[in-house]
Amino acid sequence: MELLHQAHQRIRDLEDKTEIQRRQIKDLEEKVVCQLGDLVCDCSVIYFLDDCGTMCVAVAARVITSVTAVSGSTMAERRGNWDKAEDDLPVYLARPGTADQVPRQKYGGLFCNVEGAFESKTIDFDALSVGQRGSRTPRTARRETGQEARSPDSDRKISPVEESPAASKQGGKHSPRVEFSTSGSKEVLQNLGDEKSERLLVKGGRIVNDDQSFHADIYMEDGVIKQIGDNLIVPGGVKTVEANGKMVIPGGIDIHTHFQMPYRGTTTVDDFAQGSKAALAGGTTMIVDHVIPDPGCSLMEAYDQWRQWADEKSCCDYSLHVDITHWNDSVKQEVESLIKEKGVNSFQVYMAYKDYYQMSNSELYDIFSFLAERGGIAEVHAENGEIIAEEQARMLQMGITGPEGHVLSRPEELEAEAVFRAITIASQTNCPLYVTRVMSKSAADIISQARKRGNVVFGEPITASLGTDGTHYWSKNWAKAASFVTSPPLSPDPTTPDYLNTMLSSGDLSVTGSAHCTFSVAQKAIGKDDFTQIPEGVNGVEERMSLIWDKAVTTGKMDENMFVAVTSTNAAKILNLYPRKGRIAVGSDADLVIWDTDSIRTITAKTHNSAAEYNIFEGMELRGAPQAVICQGKIVVEDGTLHVVSGVGRFIPCSAFPDFAYKRIKARKQLAVLRAVPRGMYDGPVSEFSMSRGGTPSASARTSPTKQPSRNLHHSGFSLAGPTIPDDIPIRPAGRRIVVPPGGRSNITSLS
Amino acid sequence: MSGYQGKKNIPRITSDRLLVKGAKIVNDDQSFLADIYMEDGVIKQIGDNLIVPGGVKIIEAHGRMVMPGGIDVHTRFQMPDRGMVSADDFYQGTKAALAGGTTMIIDHVVQEPGVSLVAAFKQWREWADSKSCCDYSLHVDITSWNTGTQEEMETLVKDHGVNSFLVYLAYKDVFQLSDSQIYEVLSVIRDLGAIAQVHAENGDIIAEEQRRILELGITGPEGHVLSRPEEVEAEAVNRAVTIANQTNCPLYITKVMSKSAADVIALARKKGAVVYGEPISASLGTDGTHYWSKNWAKAASYVTSPPLSPDPTTPDYLNSLLSCGDLQVTGSAHCTFQTSQRAIGKDDFTLIPEGTNGTEERMSLIWDKCVVTGKMDENQFVAVTSTNAAKIFNVFPRKGRIAVGSDADLVLWDPDMTKIISAKTHNLAVEYNIFEGIEVRGGPVVVISQGKIVLEEGSLHPTEGCGRYISRKPFSDHVYKRIKARSRLTELRGVPRGHYDGPVCEVTVTPKMMSTVSSSSFSLSGAQADDNIPRRNTQRIVAPPGGRANITNLG
Repeated sequence: MELLHQAHQRIRDLEDKTEIQRRQIKDLEEKVVCQLGDLVCDCSVIYFLDDCGTMCVAVAARVITSVTAVSGSTMAERRGNWDKAEDDLPVYLARPGTADQVPRQKYGGLFCNVEGAFESKTIDFDALSVGQRGSRTPRTARRETGQEARSPDSDRKISPVEESPAASKQGGKHSPRVEFSTSGSKEVLQNLGDEKSERLLVKGGRIVNDDQSFHADIYMEDGVIKQIGDNLIVPGGVKTVEANGKMVIPGGIDIHTHFQMPYRGTTTVDDFAQGSKAALAGGTTMIVDHVIPDPGCSLMEAYDQWRQWADEKSCCDYSLHVDITHWNDSVKQEVESLIKEKGVNSFQVYMAYKDYYQMSNSELYDIFSFLAERGGIAEVHAENGEIIAEEQARMLQMGITGPEGHVLSRPEELEAEAVFRAITIASQTNCPLYVTRVMSKSAADIISQARKRGNVVFGEPITASLGTDGTHYWSKNWAKAASFVTSPPLSPDPTTPDYLNTMLSSGDLSVTGSAHCTFSVAQKAIGKDDFTQIPEGVNGVEERMSLIWDKAVTTGKMDENMFVAVTSTNAAKILNLYPRKGRIAVGSDADLVIWDTDSIRTITAKTHNSAAEYNIFEGMELRGAPQAVICQGKIVVEDGTLHVVSGVGRFIPCSAFPDFAYKRIKARKQLAVLRAVPRGMYDGPVSEFSMSRGGTPSASARTSPTKQPSRNLHHSGFSLAGPTIPDDIPIRPAGRRIVVPPGGRSNITSLS
Repeated sequence: MSGYQGKKNIPRITSDRLLVKGAKIVNDDQSFLADIYMEDGVIKQIGDNLIVPGGVKIIEAHGRMVMPGGIDVHTRFQMPDRGMVSADDFYQGTKAALAGGTTMIIDHVVQEPGVSLVAAFKQWREWADSKSCCDYSLHVDITSWNTGTQEEMETLVKDHGVNSFLVYLAYKDVFQLSDSQIYEVLSVIRDLGAIAQVHAENGDIIAEEQRRILELGITGPEGHVLSRPEEVEAEAVNRAVTIANQTNCPLYITKVMSKSAADVIALARKKGAVVYGEPISASLGTDGTHYWSKNWAKAASYVTSPPLSPDPTTPDYLNSLLSCGDLQVTGSAHCTFQTSQRAIGKDDFTLIPEGTNGTEERMSLIWDKCVVTGKMDENQFVAVTSTNAAKIFNVFPRKGRIAVGSDADLVLWDPDMTKIISAKTHNLAVEYNIFEGIEVRGGPVVVISQGKIVLEEGSLHPTEGCGRYISRKPFSDHVYKRIKARSRLTELRGVPRGHYDGPVCEVTVTPKMMSTVSSSSFSLSGAQADDNIPRRNTQRIVAPPGGRANITNLG
């Protein structure tokens, strides 16, 4: 009894104590809230000097961090003054994911060498010495300071020893810098000539792939990654990049660009040289452009034309999508040969642009089933063109002719509706679907729902939809408003970018593009009296990587691995280029980016690499930027200095049936074989009827003039076994026995 | 249970005066005990101890439920189809309806090619007036869209009491309208204050699928459901909702047959769209597994569009949505054909005439599936079988409610009555009943239509031709209150800007992208305005002079 009493007493005491502590916590919290209020004010003051909505994010991030920092230490009675917490901020934000060093992992990559293959064979003094020297001391290795690569007429091979003076200066000041140097034996190997430029060693970086991050050195030669690991044995004369623990990620793949796109007699201001330069500046080392043949023109000719343009000018590797703007048998053949011979595996169709590019549902069905058979990816521009045409007419009639009419005539719902329809058709035809330019919440929701039901569908938000919103359409500055015009339009709902970033982080949206398609103000002004005439397109190829880092990684929505997945790996998988692109592994292309998570820059049209006068992200401050970009094994960006060579970009052919999409499709094809029911014959009376129209119609298949039994179009290789027999059997007058397809399995509905 | 009150010497006892005593009156909002006195087909008094004249026929309800007679919002009696006529004509059909406790039907007028809407409407009026045994009204189907159609619709709304029009997203090359046409039809419907009904299936995909299925050698009724997968229905529903939102037009989806279509409707309602869903007896009571029946005639009797879902959990799911209010009204889509008529499609499922029975079974089925299982209560039952329909189609409170002044269409409901549905005993002219063998609990004991007893102790006394046409006014409050508020709220306005006087790029080629504007009666002036304005250098972009319009939905 006594004991029990004591115990109770104790408990009560404890409770009291807890109560006191709780009150103290509460007080502290209140105090913190006050201070936070002040802080927010401060931040607002500071940042409102700048422009733009991103600042809010920055402020919010700071506040959140502060809260974390403070609440973590509330129990400690008195902590250091408030500023201290703020001082801690950048460090906290600097290391998303794990702040601590991950234990060094030697053989992490999927494609790594056999364990121990390079271990303790020879001590690589050169490499070691480079590593030591690079760590802190300013290097003494000689370097050339010329910037010759900036001029395109210079040698196509960039000198490996070239380095920007700024880089070395800064490298001396701060310890965690990326440093460039050539190995000590450089002089000896001088005679190798420019061959050494093909050899590059990235030391001390943290390799970030989509599945894991680990510390290792990367050695690349001839544009291909040759070795990954510690203490690599490398030949002499290797240029070494000291990453100093910074992240090394696969170069970005911008899966959607429109460089040098012809439009009504003009072309977009960013051609392949300008565009791919901007891409490299932003950390993107491969772009995938859209070939847009005019309706009625040959796809093949258009493809050749684009190849020619890009081969001449592109500074980075590229690949091509081909847009199907009309559909008939000859187009079908062209699509087939593009897949088989030309290395194109993705084709875009339009559900918008009525009477111009738009495809009917039947055509979509036809195209999708054809692509499903040939192993292509069906991309759709999803908007209901018919309703848009009606709405546009209505807007103009009401006297709305400015850019705001663009967004008013293309409400979000129309995008969602078309996405829904595309998914339905793709699901019917068992074709993998790729929705380009996901611009609105509702479209993203539809994609996410479809994925939950099991549909093979990928969504591509673009830089613009992830970074800004459609409120700018109401800008009083016509030129500014017009620069935001793109289709589907940016959503006027300001919460859209955040939502799309979340969906991207959760994996509901798979890849990111930029849909970079820029026009000058003069070009946009074609539509100054009629918004339907404004050429459509926004910039974004340069800002893409930083923007996603800033919006999704620094805010904690995704980790660095997911960042790699959405910026490159997933795109490479969809295009069937994986693991050549989109991964840092032995045998992959040497397209790397050394990512600086701390760098902060402000986007502005003054400094961007695009030729357009407006930047839709103007004034946005983004955290995270490429410190060095290595493309095809060459350093093309070092500390903000670009050394691009126009015309070095290679066309990367994509092969059909990418596993990422088609493994599931194939399995489903095998499963989905339809079977008729074997029945006795019906021998009862049959009513007389006339085939004329009216009443409950049902003979739609018969009455469709366009679709006479063109055999086999929809037969996949998997289902052919069944249908051949019934095909020969005409519809006999009466009492025909319905046969079972030999060996056929029935399956009624789709998997979803 | 019924007897005569008063003096035996009253020579003629008319059933025009009726007193229901001791009834538990069930409306959609509440249930209460009271007597009902009706005269001349109208409810005159409700209450206890009513003072009624002598010579009144009295029905003792003994505390049983009396509810408003059912309204079957979707029937296709006597429908012509390729030279045939559906087996149940207006007499047979309304008789079956009354036997099941339904006292009003709304039939669909299907315009024949080359016949005007008004003429088709008059034809249906003629058929129904001569044969119908209960009150009826008519929906009109818009099967083609051309210049005269709009005026005809206006005439129908203003002079003929039609306030609902059906458009088809299916039946490619026959009834199907394009998205643009539907946009225009819906705009007209909104201006007229009517309700847009949609048969939602993607006809383009169906046409392709049908061809594929036939190519595979599948010609039996299973091909029907294989070629019309559930998704295709959901897609069309989604599209219809989108267009309706754009045009700010109330939408009514007929024949909700699948889970996914119902989900789309439920979702749209959550987003604030004015959309109603109508599951039918068939989708609430049975599923599509029967399409695989070895008996061709049986399998064929289930053929309807959209098809019954092969997923056997569908009926239960739809009943749940009906109970929670995501679906609002129930019809039967009663459209029956003899086996010999069905047999024209014996070698090709696309030729099988479509339609199932259900007008007689509707009330009992819903009672059995929803009320007996506890999904809904008796008030909600009244709501989904009659009140909601009356509200949507603007015949409330004349129909769909037991109140003084309402029509004397009542059903005395016995919740304990059990019955096995069978083609042997049903009141239809067809050999098959798709609910064959289903035992349902709950059924009408007495049915009073127009103040007369038409069903009593299992015997049916319908009077052919006594059914009146119920004309319906436009701008139904239930539907249009929200629509009106939204159209006031959502105005568009241009941004007043200074002129753009910078350089303008030369355009060499004729406008390509997005330059085409389909010209409808609505958009014509817009297109012209566009055309008239040459590319002037500095044109001030004006705000619309007082122009107000609605952009989007609330959602």
